[in-house]
Amino acid sequence: MVNILTFYKRYVNATKQSCRNIYIYKNSSKTLTIYCFSTKVYIVGLFFEQPSARAENLTGGRIEMENIISLKNISVKFDGERILNDINLEIKDKEFVTLLGPSGCGKTTTLRIIGGFITPNGGKVLFEDKEINDIPPHKRNVNTVFQRYALFPHLNVYENIAFGLRVKKLPEKVINQRVGEMLELVNLMGYEKRSVNRLSGGQQQRVAIARALINRPRVLLLDEPLGALDLKLRKEMQIELKRIQQSLEITFIYVTHDQEEALTMSDTVVVMNNGDIQQIGTPVDIYNEPVNAFVADFIGESNILDGLMIKDCLVEIGGREFECVDSGFGENTPVDVVIRPEDVKLVSPDDAKINGLVQSVIFKGVHYEMLVEAYDFSWIVHSTQAAEVGSAVGIKFAPSDIHIMKKMEKANKTYLIGTPEEEI
Amino acid sequence: MKVKLISAPYLVWMAVFIVVPLIMVGYFAFTDGNGHFTLEYIADVAQYTNIFIKSIWLAAIATVICLVVAYPVAFILTRLETKVQGTMLMIVMLPMWMNFLLRTYAWMTLLGNNGLINRLFELVGIGPFKMLNTEGAVVLGMVYNYLPFMILPLYSVMVKIHKSILEAAADLGCNSRETLFRVVLPLSLPGVNSGIIMVFVPAISTFIISRMLGGGGNLLIGDLIEMQFLGNSYNPNLGAGISLVLMVIILLIMTIMNQFNDDDDKVLL
Repeated sequence: MVNILTFYKRYVNATKQSCRNIYIYKNSSKTLTIYCFSTKVYIVGLFFEQPSARAENLTGGRIEMENIISLKNISVKFDGERILNDINLEIKDKEFVTLLGPSGCGKTTTLRIIGGFITPNGGKVLFEDKEINDIPPHKRNVNTVFQRYALFPHLNVYENIAFGLRVKKLPEKVINQRVGEMLELVNLMGYEKRSVNRLSGGQQQRVAIARALINRPRVLLLDEPLGALDLKLRKEMQIELKRIQQSLEITFIYVTHDQEEALTMSDTVVVMNNGDIQQIGTPVDIYNEPVNAFVADFIGESNILDGLMIKDCLVEIGGREFECVDSGFGENTPVDVVIRPEDVKLVSPDDAKINGLVQSVIFKGVHYEMLVEAYDFSWIVHSTQAAEVGSAVGIKFAPSDIHIMKKMEKANKTYLIGTPEEEI
Repeated sequence: MKVKLISAPYLVWMAVFIVVPLIMVGYFAFTDGNGHFTLEYIADVAQYTNIFIKSIWLAAIATVICLVVAYPVAFILTRLETKVQGTMLMIVMLPMWMNFLLRTYAWMTLLGNNGLINRLFELVGIGPFKMLNTEGAVVLGMVYNYLPFMILPLYSVMVKIHKSILEAAADLGCNSRETLFRVVLPLSLPGVNSGIIMVFVPAISTFIISRMLGGGGNLLIGDLIEMQFLGNSYNPNLGAGISLVLMVIILLIMTIMNQFNDDDDKVLL
């Protein structure tokens, strides 16, 4: 123990950096590895357990702990129904990850597996490369913000936030100080004595976040936390959450069905449907390069058409050939073609290959949303200029705006987008 | 105004069958046979202190046993599937569909010296034990008859504790024992409170259970009062006096109970 302390002091002196958390792992019967977490993760030393043995200096050997949580081949069944099919997911430390998908896609189930509330039927859950399948929730270094906050109704704001520390039986002074910090973090100073039943939805939300963060978890799980708030408050809280995540430098895993929320806050978005992961990527990637029609349709509005890939960079839509920039689909292959409404330009009928009639015009604030009927397909068009209902227009788009996707295996395009799911 | 009209039948009922009788009890307790004011009968109650203490004691034991038995049952009940919950609740209430006297008679035949239980003991070669006409038999009768009155209020409070609240406790580091003491117990206090009242009050004033299962040696307040009105020692003034004192005792106990419960009432009621 003396060795470790001496070594830690030397490390702090050398790097001018203090450790937020120190983890000591027993490698074998004789050696210990010490990890020090500050902004990055370093191995600060390798020690021999015997007090007489000399400490071996490995300072400077820097390892960035890449994955904090890995799901390997996770599958879950309820009553014979498959909820998750062989999910593989790696979540990096200090990342803001969003699990996005419609109701019943398995995103809440995935979150509850990480939290320890569901044991998967198959597969492994790894926390820093150690399997935690059989570790109960109260022993995991992970905390949750529940869908309906699940605050303790018999405790006031202060006691709700202090709960985790009281369980650990920390001294009153420490509790007082850390609850104070948390109240400041979520902007609830002065509400200590308030009953949680007399708080607004937004305030209850803040209490739930503070309560989950007070144990200083490495990972915070958030299950549709903003679902019950109105739009304005939701936008405020989105920014607030991002600020909290960045200032605390911890991993957030966030479940939502709201694509805009996912795009606003996340470093990585995981799109899920029917118990499968559809796509993992940055918000920009997911929006600009959706891998299939489901993702394209779920992230923002889309025109999804049947097409035929004649050869590389040439696609046939509704009997007309268009140049595009995608390749590698083979020749004469049926594909899904996605064109974003904001990429469609309405021109005079003579200037375009596709002509149609304007069916409806709706003012949406920033733009007009128009439906144009052409080739038995209703094109959604976003434009700042309105066309007249009933007028003939031409539809035009640039080759780079045509996104070609492999046909989905199941032509199942009906899914629910709506209310927060109640997976209890 | 309309709302007040709806409550009229009950108000009339209350006036005729609750308030008036109460006044009459008070009147009898403080007057003698000729209608003159006297404190004699209230003072006489003091000579039955032993019976009062015994009644409170037996009722308290029965209440504690009911609580200990009912609490886990109620909790497990609320964590079952909704469909199963209904069936289980019905089973809990099933004995209440049978006549109270009949149920208590059944215990007499079970517990008697030649009763079923002693005969079973005989087969094994032990006994017979004296089980009927003991304090234990009285407590058993109370627990048996009043257990559903403990389970139901506990159940109705616990069913409101959402699963996610228990998960939140686990999430914040509670094992199941800590979850029980830090979350479930405080949240179910209102149910504990009303369960105790629902069991303790009828148990302290029962006379059938003590008469049938306790024999002559286990006289309780209920028996004492009954004797003043229907028995050989006919003395309605003393009976009213005892009733009044009993009422005051119950009120005191309930007031004490409510002190423990102040905060939680606000939350759940």
